Amino acid sequence: MDETADAIKRVIQSGAGAVVTKSIGREPREGYPNPTVVELPHGILNAMGLPNPGVEAYVEEMKELTNVDVPVIGSVFSDSEKGFSFLAKKMELYGADAVELNLSCPHAHGYGFEVGSQPDLVENIVKTVKETVKIPVFAKLSSNVTSIVEIGKAAEEGGADGVVAINSVKALKIDVDLKKPILYNKIGGYSGRGIKPIGVRCVYELAKEISIPIIGAGGVEKGEDAVEYILAGASAVEIGAGVYYRGLTVFKKVCKEITEWMKRNGYNAVDEFKGVALR
Amino acid sequence: MMYPRVVRIHKVVEETKDVKTVFFPFDERVEPGQFFMVLIPDVDEIPMSVSYLLDESKGFTFKRVGDATNKLFEKKAGDLIGVRGPLGNGFNIHGEKILFVAGGTGVASVAPAVEKALSQNRETVVALGAKNREELFFVERLKERGAEVHVATDDGSIGYHGLVSDLMLELVEGDSFDLVVTCGPEQMMKKVVEVCSKKGLDVQASLERHIKCGMGVCGQCCVCGGLRVCVDGPVFDGETLSKCRDFGLFKRDASGKKVYIH
Ligand SMILES: Cc1cc2nc3c(=O)[nH]c(=O)nc-3n(C[C@H](O)[C@H](O)[C@H](O)COP(=O)(O)OP(=O)(O)OC[C@H]3O[C@@H](n4cnc5c(N)ncnc54)[C@H](O)[C@@H]3O)c2cc1C
Ligand code: FES
Repeated sequence: MDETADAIKRVIQSGAGAVVTKSIGREPREGYPNPTVVELPHGILNAMGLPNPGVEAYVEEMKELTNVDVPVIGSVFSDSEKGFSFLAKKMELYGADAVELNLSCPHAHGYGFEVGSQPDLVENIVKTVKETVKIPVFAKLSSNVTSIVEIGKAAEEGGADGVVAINSVKALKIDVDLKKPILYNKIGGYSGRGIKPIGVRCVYELAKEISIPIIGAGGVEKGEDAVEYILAGASAVEIGAGVYYRGLTVFKKVCKEITEWMKRNGYNAVDEFKGVALR
Repeated sequence: MMYPRVVRIHKVVEETKDVKTVFFPFDERVEPGQFFMVLIPDVDEIPMSVSYLLDESKGFTFKRVGDATNKLFEKKAGDLIGVRGPLGNGFNIHGEKILFVAGGTGVASVAPAVEKALSQNRETVVALGAKNREELFFVERLKERGAEVHVATDDGSIGYHGLVSDLMLELVEGDSFDLVVTCGPEQMMKKVVEVCSKKGLDVQASLERHIKCGMGVCGQCCVCGGLRVCVDGPVFDGETLSKCRDFGLFKRDASGKKVYIH
């Protein structure tokens, strides 16, 4: 629910504290043919293929988001430093409050993960973008690497204002009746409940080694899922697949459940329990 | 679970030169106006309204227009496809006298709604529009069930010579209806909805938008300020649609770019 201004506005009305746009690239992309998304017993597998109308056309959606009450984070993807900074600059001009660099899409050839698994490249991308824009820059990281900490450190080194962990996990589902992969693109990214322990582990490892804020993502459906991420050191969480499991009211529900948990545990502010599990 | 169920086609019926109905085993309840995502292995997964509601099987009726529908057109009894659904809300059939207005393949999703209304002893009047006589289908099916069927063709080769929305205008002038149900080209539905709001008639229209996930997560199919055709629709009422700035104006292609409807 991040494609159009209307969809994003509906998410905001549903209680989200900030919104991240669909990942936008330079040229329009239709993405892969369907099936692009299937539900599995413990999560959702997708290979959308980074569909987006292209950065020039996306101004139309961003224009409608300039007067919303919450921060709008523009997500962008590219295959080079130059590409990323061009797109980040556009997002800044369009009025984005921050930019998220998608360094981790697991299923688009030449983009995302293929860029984000190389520490030097990540550092250079972040650095170049930081030199180009004034708004905060977040790097969205992949768990599909030997060491996410190494990539997180590279992002910090490059001057990132924060990292987001994690993007969906590279995965494959083979249909036993058709005897072939179910998604058109075959390989996809797994998200939802099944990947939460991986996401929490990544945030935990990152929190021990880097000092910039971490945004947790992956399998947040309930307040306690968000609490887990925060206990592991996250400052905030993103919700994606949770919209499917609990509807658009997931945002309000999660906030309410976090507050209830805090009350039960005697906390008044998120900072009081952030990273407590690291001690 | 939102995962394609692999089924063996058990019957294919040719309705016109370019339209076929595919029947597949499916014994769960489906409402008229709901749809399935139909998986054509190695090609695509596309939305198809349910057109036949039998106890043990369901059917969908489609026109060949592109890659996926052409591949589907070649399928025979015994071939495997995937079906994911039923998806969406379906029509909410109510009132004593109902007018159904369908254009082109829109009759595919309207037909089971007409049958449901008839089985509930509601008075039903149907207006079907097509380019010409050869492209009409389901006329006999609905007449046999007891519906009053009116036909409009663009070339006048049968029935009313002109647009089905103009035929509809005549029908509502001379009669009173509790509900109007419509499915077809968006410009046609736009006219139908406009007529209904002028006359204060309850109306429901079934919208088509590019569907990807079909489960409300990707946002691809949003209309009218963030309503998702795949879960909040595809059927919307006149009140929602008259506040909707994209209805009858633009759709979005697979990349999310606006495409204006003419
Ligand atoms: C809820 C719903 C119910 C539908 N029910 C029927 C029906 O009962 N009978 C029928 O003949 N058609 C129906 N359609 C339209 C049908 O899905 C398209 O004709 C089909 O997807 C075309 O695919 P293609 O590859 O053959 O054509 P393409 O050449 O790919 O495209 C032809 C047209 O179909 C549209 N289309 C392609 N892929 C999709 C998609 N994933 N979702 C929506 N539109 C798409 C394109 O935008 C284009 O306008 C329905 C659409 C929706 C949204
Ligand atoms: S198709 Fe994904 S939200 Fe409707």
